[in-house]
Amino acid sequence: MTTFLGLPVHAPRGVGHLRGDEPFPDAARKALANTQLRRNIGHATATIRAKRAAVVAELDDWEQLRLAGEAIKTATMLRLDDHLEQLERRVTERGGTVHWARDANEANEIVTRLVQATGESEVVKVKSMATQEIGLNEALEEAGIAAFETDLAELIVQLGHDKPSHILVPAIHRNRSEIREIFLREMAGVDPELTDDPRRLAMAARAYLRRKFLSTKVGISGANFAVAETGTMVVLESEGNGRMCLTLPETLITVMGIEKLVPTWTDLEVFLQLLPRSSTGERMNPYTSAWGGAHTLDDGSPDGPRDFHLVLLDNGRTATLADEVGRQVLNCIKCSACMNVCPVYERTGGHAYGSVYPGPIGAVLSPQLTGVEDNASLPYASSLCGACFDACPVRIDIPSVLVHLRAQHVEEQKTARRLPTPEAVAMAAASWTMSTPKRFAAAEKASRAARVLGGKKGRISTLPPPLSGWSGSRDAPVPPKETFREWWARTRDVPS
Amino acid sequence: MRIALFVTCLADGLFPDVGKATVTLLERLGHEVVFPAAQTCCGQMHINTGYQADALPLVRHHTEVFAPYDVVVAPSGSCVGSVRHQHAMVARRHDDELLATRADEVAAKTYELSELLVDVLGVEDVGAYFPHRVTYHPTCHSLRLLRVDDKPLRLLRKVRGLDLVDLPDADQCCGFGGTFAVKNADTSTAMLADKMRNVLDTQAEVATAGDSSCLMHIGGGLSRLRAGTRTLHLAEILASTDEAAP
Repeated sequence: MTTFLGLPVHAPRGVGHLRGDEPFPDAARKALANTQLRRNIGHATATIRAKRAAVVAELDDWEQLRLAGEAIKTATMLRLDDHLEQLERRVTERGGTVHWARDANEANEIVTRLVQATGESEVVKVKSMATQEIGLNEALEEAGIAAFETDLAELIVQLGHDKPSHILVPAIHRNRSEIREIFLREMAGVDPELTDDPRRLAMAARAYLRRKFLSTKVGISGANFAVAETGTMVVLESEGNGRMCLTLPETLITVMGIEKLVPTWTDLEVFLQLLPRSSTGERMNPYTSAWGGAHTLDDGSPDGPRDFHLVLLDNGRTATLADEVGRQVLNCIKCSACMNVCPVYERTGGHAYGSVYPGPIGAVLSPQLTGVEDNASLPYASSLCGACFDACPVRIDIPSVLVHLRAQHVEEQKTARRLPTPEAVAMAAASWTMSTPKRFAAAEKASRAARVLGGKKGRISTLPPPLSGWSGSRDAPVPPKETFREWWARTRDVPS
Repeated sequence: MRIALFVTCLADGLFPDVGKATVTLLERLGHEVVFPAAQTCCGQMHINTGYQADALPLVRHHTEVFAPYDVVVAPSGSCVGSVRHQHAMVARRHDDELLATRADEVAAKTYELSELLVDVLGVEDVGAYFPHRVTYHPTCHSLRLLRVDDKPLRLLRKVRGLDLVDLPDADQCCGFGGTFAVKNADTSTAMLADKMRNVLDTQAEVATAGDSSCLMHIGGGLSRLRAGTRTLHLAEILASTDEAAP
């Protein structure tokens, strides 16, 4: 089944989790005040950073692998339409059904309809970013269908009525004593003597999940990759719970962003090396599952799900693909290495970004999926330190895309507003001043008036808004009596 | 060698001693320094805040001013990073391919101070004397845009009397980030707090770096705390001798 996708559209409002309730600086201010959160995230990111650095250092061809990953993804995106059609053909040949979803609403409708067709009211889920992006659990709940997350960290988030704060470690903002409290409060049939020993916590989750696996007839997953040449979806995971969901249910529904394709198994090999090292800091992840259509054994009995559906999700991806600078963000393999090295993420945590995609990659992905004006504060949520670019296994130049999206925002503001913002006025004035040396020298002279602010202290401790953002925590230097160019003109025999 | 000094607008207007130290140092090493007086600003603040149309005249002006020189030096990793990685991009965004080509030509002969000293002039011992305990913060753009690596440290290790002490988590950003420090003042301050804690843990008298902007940030925080550690630009330490200390 194919549907015309239409013109590139952004992810719609009112559904899914790509937009926050407040701008990043406001959300960040609240997160920064949470000392438990900062301790939890600081400890966790430092641990993963060290693990990643160690396993990356083992490979003498890491940079070549990154180049290969970048090249494969870039080439794939340029012929994405061909690869997608090939994937559809292969999946269909293998007995699966392919559905095309223009946006979150369409995808939610398709999945809800498919679950309703089975007559079931419960589904088990493999950890998936795409289904969080579109708010699938909420859509299913509205239709009276209960979705159970089976990834341990997602389970903690779901039981805690919380939001994920990291794409790989969704409960990274929780420590084990908080997890124990959530289990005791929310987990049906849990041992009331549960301690915060990690093994005891894992065993409690295991017992709870095992009952769900054995009784639920519909599974929903995402995919890390889809191999177009054979119509095969691939998930990498650590716990084995994903494999339970992929094999035990009678019906399996996979929701996957259209950018997840690789053309061949040879291409996949590169990413199977890049992803575990970049994400969990492991040489190899414990479970890699691959599946395609519906299977039967030689005697005709079903082997795994007898019904397989693949929902291909756009939700702003084609619009992103149309941007020559921004499209590289679609190369992301969701490893989360950029988050773990980001000094902003490390201090604010993921919730401040307001989207299921936090951190540096979220700051360049969310605004492109929604349109930059719906996430205008995110491209500015970075000091442009560049640590993310260095860590990215497919070499996405995140700082350059951030700068590009800032320019897009400023350009859109210019056309959308009748009057320029105070910042735009200041920037235009600064440009006018600094485009000739005469005006610049005059402005430097004028700034000497600020010397009075320094008084006898030799430092400036209060400045008017918006510079009060600076002086709230830092002194500002007092302008000198003589600028460099004045010193040069006074002491050197050079015509100025 | 005849070297054109791109002093940067920040050093020109707020930290003239950094410019003077760069001149003193290069002249002491036997080179001729010229200061093209028409220079203003590279436009990085405009570019990084999203105002590329306003940056375009600054990029054009910078390119015209420095095109005639064979070697250009700036005491800033960040400004050199902008010239090298952003100027041609701004020109191309405005469909000015000629300017992009010329900007790339200027970029190819523009060096950050430690690059010029170690790579171009082939010197590590610049004959400096600075009898103080010093810690070095590698600024993000010198480290990750320019890849200056350990060049500044190699220069500092050859300074007589200098007690160089490692900065913990040195490669973490100080939180400056241009207008980030104002737009996201709270997050920026949280990053600065950790940087200052690491600086103070070294018990250094002086924290140094290759960028006046990051030093203004770290120094502004240390000054607010009355912490007793001051900031000096790498050029000021390298220019320092028995006779003249900053």
